[in-house]
Amino acid sequence: MTEPAAHPAARTSGGGYIGAPIPRREDARLLTGRGTFVDDLEMPGVAHAAMVRSPHAHARVRRIGTAAALALPGVLAVVTAADIADIQKPWPARMPSPVPGTLVRHGARHTLPPDKVRHAGEVVAAVVAESRALAEDACDLVTVDYDVLPVVASPAAALAPGAALVYEELGDNIAAHIVQRVGQPERAFAAADHTLRETFRVMRGGSHSMEGRGVVARYDQALDAFTVWDATQAPHAIRAMLAYLFDLPDHRVRVIAPPDIGGGLGPKASFYPEEALVCWLARRLRRPVKWIEDRLEHFVSAGQEREQVHTVEIAFSRDGTLLALRDVFTHDIGMYGALVAPVITACTVPGPYRIPNIHSELRAVYTNLPPTSAVRGAGRPQGVLVMERMMDRMAEALGLDAAEVRTRNLIPADAFPYPVGLWFRDGAPLTYDSGNYPELLRQALARADYAQARREQAGLRAQGRYRGIGVAICVEGVGLGPFEGAILRLDRRGRVVVTSGAPPQGQGYQTTFAQIAADAVGVRYEDVDVVTGDTDAIPYGVGSFASRVTANAGPAILEAGGVLREKILAVAAHLLEAAPADLEIVGAAVRVRGLPDRGVPLAQVAHLGNAGVAFGMIMPGGLPVGLEASAYFTPSQAGYSASAHVCILDVDPDTGEVAIVRYVVGHDCGNVINPLIVEGQILGGVAHGLSNALYEEAFYDEEGQNLARSFLDYPLPSAREMPRVEMFHLTTPSPINPLGVKGAGEAGTLPVPAAVAGAVEDALRPLGVRVTRLPLNPARISDLIHGA
Amino acid sequence: MTEARDIALTVNGQPRRARVEVRTTLVDLLRDTFRLTGTHVGCEHGVCGACTVLVDGEAVRGCLLLAVQAEGRRVETVEGLAPDPAHLNALQAEFVRHHGVQCGFCTGGILMSLTAALRDNPRPREPEIRDTLAGHLCRCTGYQGMVDAVLALVASGAPAPGPDAGSAP
Amino acid sequence: MKPPRFDYHDPTTLAEALALLAGHGDAARVLAGGQSLMPMLNFRLARPGHVIDVNRLDALATLSPGPDAGLRIGALVRQRTLERSTLIRERCPLIAQAMPLVGHPQIRTRGTLGGSLAHADPAAELPAVMVALGARLTVQSARGPRTVPAESFFVAALTTALGRDELLTEIALPAWPARTGSSLQEVAIRRGDFALGGVAATLTLDAEGRVAGARIVCFGVGPCPVRAADAERSLVGGAPSVSGFAAAGQLASAGVDPDADIHASAAYRKRLVGVLTTRALAESLASLGERAA
Ligand SMILES: Cc1cc2nc3c(=O)[nH]c(=O)nc-3n(C[C@H](O)[C@H](O)[C@H](O)COP(=O)(O)OP(=O)(O)OC[C@H]3O[C@@H](n4cnc5c(N)ncnc54)[C@H](O)[C@@H]3O)c2cc1C
Ligand code: FES
Ligand code: FES
Repeated sequence: MTEPAAHPAARTSGGGYIGAPIPRREDARLLTGRGTFVDDLEMPGVAHAAMVRSPHAHARVRRIGTAAALALPGVLAVVTAADIADIQKPWPARMPSPVPGTLVRHGARHTLPPDKVRHAGEVVAAVVAESRALAEDACDLVTVDYDVLPVVASPAAALAPGAALVYEELGDNIAAHIVQRVGQPERAFAAADHTLRETFRVMRGGSHSMEGRGVVARYDQALDAFTVWDATQAPHAIRAMLAYLFDLPDHRVRVIAPPDIGGGLGPKASFYPEEALVCWLARRLRRPVKWIEDRLEHFVSAGQEREQVHTVEIAFSRDGTLLALRDVFTHDIGMYGALVAPVITACTVPGPYRIPNIHSELRAVYTNLPPTSAVRGAGRPQGVLVMERMMDRMAEALGLDAAEVRTRNLIPADAFPYPVGLWFRDGAPLTYDSGNYPELLRQALARADYAQARREQAGLRAQGRYRGIGVAICVEGVGLGPFEGAILRLDRRGRVVVTSGAPPQGQGYQTTFAQIAADAVGVRYEDVDVVTGDTDAIPYGVGSFASRVTANAGPAILEAGGVLREKILAVAAHLLEAAPADLEIVGAAVRVRGLPDRGVPLAQVAHLGNAGVAFGMIMPGGLPVGLEASAYFTPSQAGYSASAHVCILDVDPDTGEVAIVRYVVGHDCGNVINPLIVEGQILGGVAHGLSNALYEEAFYDEEGQNLARSFLDYPLPSAREMPRVEMFHLTTPSPINPLGVKGAGEAGTLPVPAAVAGAVEDALRPLGVRVTRLPLNPARISDLIHGA
Repeated sequence: MTEARDIALTVNGQPRRARVEVRTTLVDLLRDTFRLTGTHVGCEHGVCGACTVLVDGEAVRGCLLLAVQAEGRRVETVEGLAPDPAHLNALQAEFVRHHGVQCGFCTGGILMSLTAALRDNPRPREPEIRDTLAGHLCRCTGYQGMVDAVLALVASGAPAPGPDAGSAP
Repeated sequence: MKPPRFDYHDPTTLAEALALLAGHGDAARVLAGGQSLMPMLNFRLARPGHVIDVNRLDALATLSPGPDAGLRIGALVRQRTLERSTLIRERCPLIAQAMPLVGHPQIRTRGTLGGSLAHADPAAELPAVMVALGARLTVQSARGPRTVPAESFFVAALTTALGRDELLTEIALPAWPARTGSSLQEVAIRRGDFALGGVAATLTLDAEGRVAGARIVCFGVGPCPVRAADAERSLVGGAPSVSGFAAAGQLASAGVDPDADIHASAAYRKRLVGVLTTRALAESLASLGERAA
């Protein structure tokens, strides 16, 4: 889908598009209601699926009665595990441990549970009918007999002796145990002037992209092939899973992420049973089948994240120098999930500080809770919270200012590349590529008028008012590999078409990819079209997550664009009887430099380069055939963005309400392709972080039932709750890719819980309140004040 | 009574007829029958606001109104705000300039609420803008771009979104 | 999440509506603004065989001055109409103060006063407001009309004195007493959400400036609105004072016995009642000054 800009796009002072705040080309269609989301697709003859979900978190499925449902007029199929035996293979193991020599164990999951359900909301049967309402009517008529089993609804319960087992074959509920060590932490702790220890809890939460998951599948009998439209963040990964389950070669499974996806934020990067079921049903019915996740389903079945309990200790000297860190934590992985988030947590804890001795120990634990995935931030916000809360505590213990303590421990600007000593989740050593943390913090403090804010705080405190200031700074591993690719070609119309695998969910790739391609090829931004998310358009891709696309696809586009430019000039040189070196691309034509009337339209170049002069003719010797180029970029390691946040807030001690007075964000994600878009990503990230800090919380009772299953019980902040965010950028280009970019998709989120928690504890310092758990809703704050 | 009914209503100024099951919501009628898919469904319990449309000029939740209840009413949807993507109205254009849209899933409903609010009060201040937006959830933008878009619209003195299409004589 | 099947009726006269209710009572649900019923239908938490849409009963949608400077509000009057009405602002400022806190504008355009009362959510503002105002509710059925004082209308969480065949048709409010100020205070996690706890209050002074009467009604802290009678009494006869309001807050707090839920502990809600009562009284006094000015 293309939306050429109506007006010529702005360029930077250097004449390029990279770095210019170009308004997005996606916007016009979305603002006029002409976007194409998965539920909007025109799909003649489509049938509608609905899922029968287990009400129990842990139960053996004894018998499923489908006769009444099948008898309902308009119902086309009701299927259970027994019916789909041909695709009931164990799902392949997810990510291996990135840390050599550590334990990771995978329980075998199937599309439909062959024996027992492992979370409330797990699909046990699927219904297809002529309408969604009818399919839901039929779901009501499916009877399932369960033998209810004891439930483990938290890591603590799952680790208790004699706990019920989520996967019997594993013998216990431990999904992974990963220990990483730097230096000699025990010795450092023993010798240190001071040590501090605290336990922090972070609760589960969902992504709650405004659009839920959704998939439409069509089966073509003649080709024995599927076409699957999927609101996914990772179409190539979905293709791989479907091809595996259906035992088909990749080329007979085409997965297309529709041009518009209503947010992803992590969970849409995973594979789910519904994706396999919809395909199976489309093949069985020989009709397109659609399933759209509703909000209730999102609450009980889409990936969630964040629940961790950290016991953290730091050792430091009298002058406030960090000497050692010990962080031992459990991560609730639910009934299924990847280790991505907790491994990232472990690596995020040390943050921007020099810490010579580290003991990091992660236990990921299976529970009878919904599957986990990454959720915007992917383990990082928890890590930042843990470290930054301890920095606050160290400041308090030494009677130092919170910002001062941080400044004393920051990695200096001249220490890059900086090896932390741990392994990052990409399997490479955790080595910070570039950054300038002292400057970032200094500027953030200056923007927030930090010294003045502290004076005001003192004045207010004297009046009995509770103002708090929170500072949080973090380093964010971004731009993870392994790769992303791009194919660029000059099409018949003389337009450059960029094809890349990762689909956007609001990040504006159609705009940023076109900016990069225009600069790489040397054409106008207006003359570039962008295609994303179609596995038939580009054979390989990884996906949109981990703030990785610009840093992976961007360099690939840059490289392919350079090759395409050479090919264009070579063909044009032939047409113009000039040397390629004497040519330039101006507007939609190639011209001989200095001879403005000797030119040839790009369309004509394409005509020769792609089609030959005319069919049946021989191409002139030595000319490149096919004006296209593809490139795959594989970064040697992740890049590391950084942010520094300052939050100033007031706490009403009587009601526990928080009012944010100022919120300052300093951010360094290397070079920026489009500042407008990067700022938008950060603002959205801050909102998500504030939501984690103050509002949203998933509650599960001991039976594993989600007690907050509507937006009335699971509050997300609205425009009323959001403060105005003041933002600035610092730029330390990344040396690991030619664009010097890092990643920005999650950055806004990371330090927010830490900054808010720090500010609330700071506000309530006269009362001696300890903040160790989020979110800080009014009742929780008030209960803290009252020692409840 | 019965399970299906014939209804007639006006959608974006055009008279429309349909036969609907009585349990069908207005948003499903607009999306599935009239194929006006710019109005989205995000929660079906009234909180997210993605389904917001105007009925007789007032912003309402399309997921909490039955289609049969729209009989004889004037319905306006996001598709009615501009003839095509090349001719955005002033509010939409400010949304582009201030990056008020990311994934765009929440956008249609938000534009409709703002349209109704600006007809009531063409010169809202920031808290009033935030009050109107508070009936919507957006997980992408943090709302700041939208607030700035409306503030810019007010500052530009551009005429607020025109009167309710259906109320013209 | 699509509603289950039901039969739909949209009577145009009250008699017709009452006949339908008499015929289908147990299996029927009245549909007013739909802002509570429709979510329940979409979630299939309500599965009525019959939905009786009363939105065509125009006679129930009028807001008019009542006898003796009171107000008569049809059950179908939209919350948005109340919010915008100058009559309400002049004759019953407490309703005007409550309206911005009831959901969002987009909800209030459909939501009705009668629907909010009939739904009787323990955390809803309007039931408490009606109790504070001493409203009288007219309820009709094929058997005839009856009047129920607001205070005895709310029976339990989501349960009212309405019989299965009865329709709430009108809310009558007495005249706003002279020298009376009012306030509604609440804490919600997000503005527009149901409250974690709240207090609706009115404060009436006599000609000498002493407290002639007070009404304090707490919500979100019990199955129904809770009148803080002890607190009300403690104020009468004294001069309005910060310490008097604080003492009233303590009495109100002592008088409630809230439950904990996922959003707040019982202890929090109990404390909140004290804080909000004190604030509501202070605000009532302040609003009195504004009204006089
Ligand atoms: C996002 C959102 C936020 C909200 N926030 C709040 C809030 O902060 N505070 C608050 O108080 N409310 C809130 N509400 C609820 C809202 O105020 C509803 O409008 C109200 O509770 C019900 O009114 P209704 O007219 O929509 O009734 P309906 O939904 O139509 O009906 C509700 C119930 O009352 C019955 N009923 C309705 N009218 C009558 C009648 N005349 N006679 C007999 N029975 C009748 C119905 O059968 C049904 O059982 C919110 C709703 C939403 C969707
Ligand atoms: S879909 Fe209607 S408010 Fe969310
Ligand atoms: S732009 Fe994605 S939800 Fe608002």
